Amino acid sequence: MNIQVKDLQLNRRHLLSGTGALTVAIMLPGKKAQAAVFGAEKRPPLDPRNLSSYITINADGTVITYWGKMDMGQGTDLGCAQMVAEELDLPVEKVSVLQGDSGTSVNQGGASGSTGIQSGGVTLASAAAEARYQLVDMASKHLGVPAEDLTTVNGTVQSRKDPSKKVTYGELIGGRFFETQLEWNKQIGNGLFVKGKGVRKPVSEYKVIGTSPLRRDVPFKVLGTGDYVVDIKVPGMVHARVIHPPVAGAEPVSIDEASVKGIPGVQIVHEKAFLAVVAPREYDAVKAMRQLKVTWSDARPPFPGNAKLYDHIRNAPALAKDPGKDVGNIDATFAGAARVVEATYEWPFQSHASMGPACAVVEIKDGGATVWTGSQKPHFTGDGVANMLGLPKDNVRGIWVPGPGSYGRNDAGDAAADAALIAKKIGKPVRVIGMRADATGWDPKGPASVHKVRAALDKDGKVIGWDFGSKGFSRLDVNSNESAIYDTLAGQSIGVDLKPTNAFATPEESYNFSAKRKSWETIAPLLDRSSPLRGSHLRDPLGPQIHFASESFIDELAFAIGEDPVAFRLKHLSEPRDVAVVKAASEKAGWQPRTAARKQVSGDVARGQGIAYAQRTGTRVAIVAEVEVNLKTGKVWGRKVTVAHDCGVIINPKQLTHTIEGNVCQGLSRALWEEVKFDDKNVTSVDWETYPILDITEAPETVDVVLINMPNIAPSGAGEASMRPLAAAVANAIYDATGVRLRQAPFTPDRLKAGLA
Amino acid sequence: MAKISLNVDGKSHSIDADGDMPLLYALRDDLGLRNPKFGCGLAQCGACTVLVDGEPVRSCITPVDSLADSKITTLAGLGHGKAHKIQEAFIAEEVPQCGYCLNGWLMTAAAFLEKTPKPNDAQIRDALSGIKCRCGTHVAILRAVKRAAMA
Repeated sequence: MNIQVKDLQLNRRHLLSGTGALTVAIMLPGKKAQAAVFGAEKRPPLDPRNLSSYITINADGTVITYWGKMDMGQGTDLGCAQMVAEELDLPVEKVSVLQGDSGTSVNQGGASGSTGIQSGGVTLASAAAEARYQLVDMASKHLGVPAEDLTTVNGTVQSRKDPSKKVTYGELIGGRFFETQLEWNKQIGNGLFVKGKGVRKPVSEYKVIGTSPLRRDVPFKVLGTGDYVVDIKVPGMVHARVIHPPVAGAEPVSIDEASVKGIPGVQIVHEKAFLAVVAPREYDAVKAMRQLKVTWSDARPPFPGNAKLYDHIRNAPALAKDPGKDVGNIDATFAGAARVVEATYEWPFQSHASMGPACAVVEIKDGGATVWTGSQKPHFTGDGVANMLGLPKDNVRGIWVPGPGSYGRNDAGDAAADAALIAKKIGKPVRVIGMRADATGWDPKGPASVHKVRAALDKDGKVIGWDFGSKGFSRLDVNSNESAIYDTLAGQSIGVDLKPTNAFATPEESYNFSAKRKSWETIAPLLDRSSPLRGSHLRDPLGPQIHFASESFIDELAFAIGEDPVAFRLKHLSEPRDVAVVKAASEKAGWQPRTAARKQVSGDVARGQGIAYAQRTGTRVAIVAEVEVNLKTGKVWGRKVTVAHDCGVIINPKQLTHTIEGNVCQGLSRALWEEVKFDDKNVTSVDWETYPILDITEAPETVDVVLINMPNIAPSGAGEASMRPLAAAVANAIYDATGVRLRQAPFTPDRLKAGLA
Repeated sequence: MAKISLNVDGKSHSIDADGDMPLLYALRDDLGLRNPKFGCGLAQCGACTVLVDGEPVRSCITPVDSLADSKITTLAGLGHGKAHKIQEAFIAEEVPQCGYCLNGWLMTAAAFLEKTPKPNDAQIRDALSGIKCRCGTHVAILRAVKRAAMA
C-alpha cells in the first residue's frame, strides 16, 4: 500500500460528497459545514417527522444520512452507514453520514448511553426502509410496473420479471428531497424513533450488516488532514482562559488589572465567581492567566480530603433512597440464615481526564450563534448556549467537531458555556480551552461510592438471600445533556439556581437467589456549587463501581461455600445468554476450576485468573482476566483479558472488537490506577503525574475477544458494557494470584503491598 | 517580542514572539499547523511531539528561541508528501479512536523505528512509554508499530 496524502484527502471529500447536486453533500465536519442546509433552501425543515431529515439522495444515486448522534472513534457512524446501505440495497461506499450537527440533523441525543447503533442506527435504518418503500412506489409509477413486482438492486429499482425495466434512485429523486412524513414517537434525544410504511429487511437478506468495511475517520486522523475542535478558527476570534479558584468555592474579591498590563489586547471577564482572561493571541491568554493577580474570598475548605472519603460517605445522611423491589422476603431470610457472608467495597472519584482540555468556539452573529464543540451532545450544547445567551434555541447551531475524546459528560459542556458567556460579554467570537489542571482538576467526576453486600446461607451452605446496597454521590449533580446553564460551571459561577438530580443504580444480573434486595442511597455533594467533585456520567456511569462490588462478592461467596467461581455463576445464572457468555469466556481462556486462591508463584511474580460478568441494557459480557502481581513492587499487570460479548446482532465485527479492546485498556486503567485525590481545599489530581493512567508498558499482551452474534436480536450497546465487569475480574484474579482480597479500588502497588504485608 | 526563525517541514518561517514561548504555540497559532496538539503543556502526554533534527521533542515545553539552527518536522512533513510507513500501518490497523493523542505515538514511533528497525515487543513498549492514550487503543498501537517494522 502506498497511500498518497493528497489522494486520501480527495477520497475523503469524495466519500462525503458523492458527486451529487446537493450543496449539503460537499460539507466536511467543522466550520466548513456552516453553510450546509442553511444555504440549501429547498431542504424541508429539520422536523423529526420528515423523511428528508434522515435521508437524501444525490443525483448520482449516492445517499447522505443525517445522524443526530456522532461517533467518538468506535466506528458507530460506519455502522449507521452499513445499516442504511442495507435497507437501501446499496454498497456501503455509497452512503455518507453527516453527524452531530444541529444544523443538519434532528436531536437523536448525541453520543450517549451506548445508543449509537441501538437507537440511533436503528432509527436511521427505519427511515431508510421507508426511503426504499418510497423509491419503489415512485418506480412503480415511472415504469408502469406494480410495486410488488419490483425489487431493489444496487441503487436501482427493477422489475423482477423483466430486469431491463429499471430506474436508478438518482433518476427517481436525485437532488430533490423526499416529501414523505413518518410516524414519530414524539421523543427527542436517545429515545427518538420514526417509522413509515417501509418494512425493514429480514436478517436472512443481510449483505452489508455483519461485514467490516474500513472506517472513514481513520485516514484524516492518522494523516492529520482534518479539523479537531481545537483547530476551529473564526474571523475576529479571541483566545480565552478561565481561571478557577485555589480553594473550591472561593470567589474573586479583587482583581489587579495592572498585573496583566502590557499583554497585547488582554481583557478581563468577571461576573460573580466567574473569571476569565482573553487575548487575540493564544499564548498571551496563557500568560495573562498566569500573571493575573487575584484576591480570593476566604472560603471555608469544603472537602474532607480523600483519606476520609469513605468514612464521609458512610456517615453522611441519605439525600435520596431507592429501596428497590425485593424478591422474596429478604428480612426473614437473613433472620433465619444459618450463616451470613458480607463485605464492603469502595470506589473513588474518577476523572474523565480526556486527552486534551476541552475546547469550544462560540460566535454570536445576526441574532443567532454557533457553537463548535467536542461535546457528545451538540444539539443540547446548542440549547445550553442559547439559554446562556438568551436566544431562541432555533437560532443557535451546535456543531460537533472531533475533540480530545469523550466518555460521558466531561469538561466539554463547561467549555461551551464558558465560551458563550465570554462571547456575550466581550462581543467577539471566543475560543476557550483549558490547561491540563482545568481538565483533570475541574472536569465533572465519576462519583465515589461504598457498596455493602451480604448473602444468607442455609445450613447446607446454599445461598438463600442476597442483599446489595450502594451509597454514594449522585451521578447527576450535573446532567449530561448540557442544555441547562445550571448544569455548567459558568452557570453555577454566575449564581443560577441549581437543580441537581439524585441518581444511583444497582447491579444488572440474572442470579436466581430466592430472596434478593438491591437498593441505593445518595448523599449530598461535598460542595453544592462550582465543585470540582460534582458527579456526572463517566463511561458506563456507576457500572464499574457497582459490578466491582457485586462480582467480587460473587467470587467471595463461591469460595465461602467451597465452589468454583465459574461453576457457581453457571449454577445461579437464570438467563441463557448470560450463561453463554460465562461459558464462552471461561472456555476460551482455559479456565482452571478452583475452590480457593491458587497462589501460583514463581520468583517475585504471582499469577492468577479471575472471572466476572454483567449485563448492560441488553448486552451481556463475561471477562476472564489473567494477571501477574509483582510481589516485591505490588504492581499488577493485566497480561491477558478474554472477553465474551453478546450485544445482539453484530453490525461490524472489527469495530466491535476495537471498541471492546478500548474498553479493556481504559477499564484496566480505571481498575489499577485511577483515583482523584483531593485535600480539604481542592482536587490535587491535576495532571498525568497526579492522576496516572495505564501506560503502554502495562497494556495487555493479549485481548482475546469472543463475539457472540445473535442475528435475530436487535442490537444493544457495546460502547460501555465490557468496561463494566473488568475491575471485578481483575480483583478476582489478584485474589487467585495472591490470596489478597482488594475491596477498595484502584488496585495500586501501595494497596497490593499493604495487602501482602 | 523578538523575531524568531523556524525551519518547519523544510520551509523557513519568521514570527514575532517571546523567546520563551513554547514551540507548540508557534506551530499552531502562528503557522496554523494542526497536528501537534495541546494535551498537557507539561511534557507528560506526547500529543505535541515534533521531531527536532530527527529526535522526538515535546513542543509544549520547548522554548521557541532554542531552535534557530534546527530542522523541525511535524506530522505533516513526516512522509515528505506521502504517507509515512508508520501512518500506513496505523491506517491499516485502524488504530485511532478519538485520535487526539495520535500525533505523539506516530512521531515517536517513526523516530524510534529509524534507530531500531526490527524491534521486539518490549523495545516498542519501552520506546513509547509515557505517551498517553485515553481511549485505550494501546493494543492496536502495538500491532501497528509491529506492522510498520515489518513493512
